[in-house]
Amino acid sequence: MNIILSLVIGGLYGAGLFMMLRRSITKLLFGLILWGHGSNLLIFVACGLVRGAPPLIPEGQTTLEPPYADPVAQALILTAIVISFAVVAFTAVLLYRIYRTIGTDDIDQLRASDS
Amino acid sequence: MNALLILPVIVPLLTAALMLLVYRRGATQRTLGVASALIQFALAGVLLYVVATRGIQVSHLGGWPARFGITFVADLLSALMVMLSGTIALAAAVYSTWNIDRERRAYGFYPLMQALLMGANGAFLTGDFFNLYVWFEVLLIASFVLLVLGNERPQMEGALKYVTLNLISSMLFLTAVGILYGSVSALNMADIAVKLPELPSSITGALAVLLLVAFGIKAAVFPLFFWLPDSYHTPPATVIAIFAGLLTKVGIYSMLRVFTLFFHNNASNDQMLILWIAGFTMAVGVLGAVAQAEVRRILAFHSVSQMGYIVMGFALMSAASVAGAIFFILHHGIVKSNLFLIAGVMQKRGGSTRLKDLGALSQREPFLAGLFFVTAMSLAGLPPLSGFWAKLSLVQAGLEIGTPEAFSVIGVSLAVSIFTLISMIKIWTEAFWKPAPEDLEPAAPEVSRSVVFAMFAPILFLTVLIVLMGLMPEPVLNLVREAAEQLRDRAGYVRAVLGVELQ
Repeated sequence: MNIILSLVIGGLYGAGLFMMLRRSITKLLFGLILWGHGSNLLIFVACGLVRGAPPLIPEGQTTLEPPYADPVAQALILTAIVISFAVVAFTAVLLYRIYRTIGTDDIDQLRASDS
Repeated sequence: MNALLILPVIVPLLTAALMLLVYRRGATQRTLGVASALIQFALAGVLLYVVATRGIQVSHLGGWPARFGITFVADLLSALMVMLSGTIALAAAVYSTWNIDRERRAYGFYPLMQALLMGANGAFLTGDFFNLYVWFEVLLIASFVLLVLGNERPQMEGALKYVTLNLISSMLFLTAVGILYGSVSALNMADIAVKLPELPSSITGALAVLLLVAFGIKAAVFPLFFWLPDSYHTPPATVIAIFAGLLTKVGIYSMLRVFTLFFHNNASNDQMLILWIAGFTMAVGVLGAVAQAEVRRILAFHSVSQMGYIVMGFALMSAASVAGAIFFILHHGIVKSNLFLIAGVMQKRGGSTRLKDLGALSQREPFLAGLFFVTAMSLAGLPPLSGFWAKLSLVQAGLEIGTPEAFSVIGVSLAVSIFTLISMIKIWTEAFWKPAPEDLEPAAPEVSRSVVFAMFAPILFLTVLIVLMGLMPEPVLNLVREAAEQLRDRAGYVRAVLGVELQ
């Protein structure tokens, strides 16, 4: 499972980078979204996959016996998802405004700030 | 709980909330902004005093002990950075009372500025690695909106580059946090410093480079600086003064923190790489600046170039050079903010920031000319101003090290100084000395005394600081030396935060 997920993460980063290097601003946005998903999945895998072991202390015991799924990693991912959702929403609106102002989807046409 | 560490974050947050309550009243928002900036400035002063006299201050949020909860840590470097942020906040708050138009105010300029300050202070003070990522995002989202407020075409295009590159940087940072937590199960920075040496060098090496790239984008170092010159000349002067003073500094602060605390071994492995980065950043930035003919673009390229000096100081890795780098951060934050504020007045009073449309400002605005001259000469590093001591301490540190690499990078930095002087003189001769162009717009209409005060008081305040740092550098030099010593004393940091001894 680790191997498969690692390959998926690599695929997400690779596809995201490929999309970002295209000239279209829509694809740029998709690239950023893919990287966001890739990094969330990476935290999930890097912190260890544990199946069917929630971090709950069984009745009658006072400590948690390993193996259990690390709740901190899940908290990190949750925070990261919320942040990347907000940032992507902002970026989508920004790109739409750029499209409306400039009237093109082509990054090569964005030259007003170069001079 | 030590409230002093939390207040630099709480005060801007509360101010932003209060401002939202009086959303329709521009004047009230401006008053709140200035009052809050005064409080932040005073708080930063108190924090700096406490840290300088009593050592590293630690606050465990919510009473959770370190490792479990989020810890705020203020060592001298953090306290100096909060002081810088308070200083720039004060100048920018006064300046923003005339520089921000009704439309930008209506779209929430003032609360966003507070959010930006909150993000910066949080990033400087946090002792938790994931929390640092969160503060980065708070800072970023506020800066994104501040950058595009106004909806002009160049702003949008500059913002596209800024947003994309900074999002990439955030995701690289997040990737590094994930790998780091996966390998050491720690997020507290002191805890990471304890556990990181157990890792194989392949993982720490990869982490060091990931973080170098992530923070390098934010600090705008070669070859990752392209967002900066394209976005810094578009928004109003207030926004850019804060950006120039704080945004890149957050990146360089994180770099300093991470490489001194986590990768002190790797840093020597990566030293050559970082030195090359420093050299190219200085040279490419200044050459870009020499080619420009617009005041704010010249200043933006200089921002890149000056980041190279700071990176050089920390790449040389001696106590003296790190101290020089910290001095340079303080000097550059104040000087560059001030130059952008001056550019804003030039735009208002001279009608433009393009050198060919400007002229004769030294006769029409002698006071402004004097302030610009002092600040620009400080940027170029002429004695007896702050830039001289910043560069002198870096050069001295490099000569003390005495390796061929150190000599060559010092050589580059001295050559870059000359180019800096050339392009500052270019602004001076074109904008201030040259006769006014024929089709010059008539002088700006007389404005009320309060506007004149709001224009010049912040610039005068920062200029006085520059001159003071130049004439009496000793207290600041002592502080930065001590800050550099603290950075090198990893055991002291770990002891202060975790209460354990570092093996």
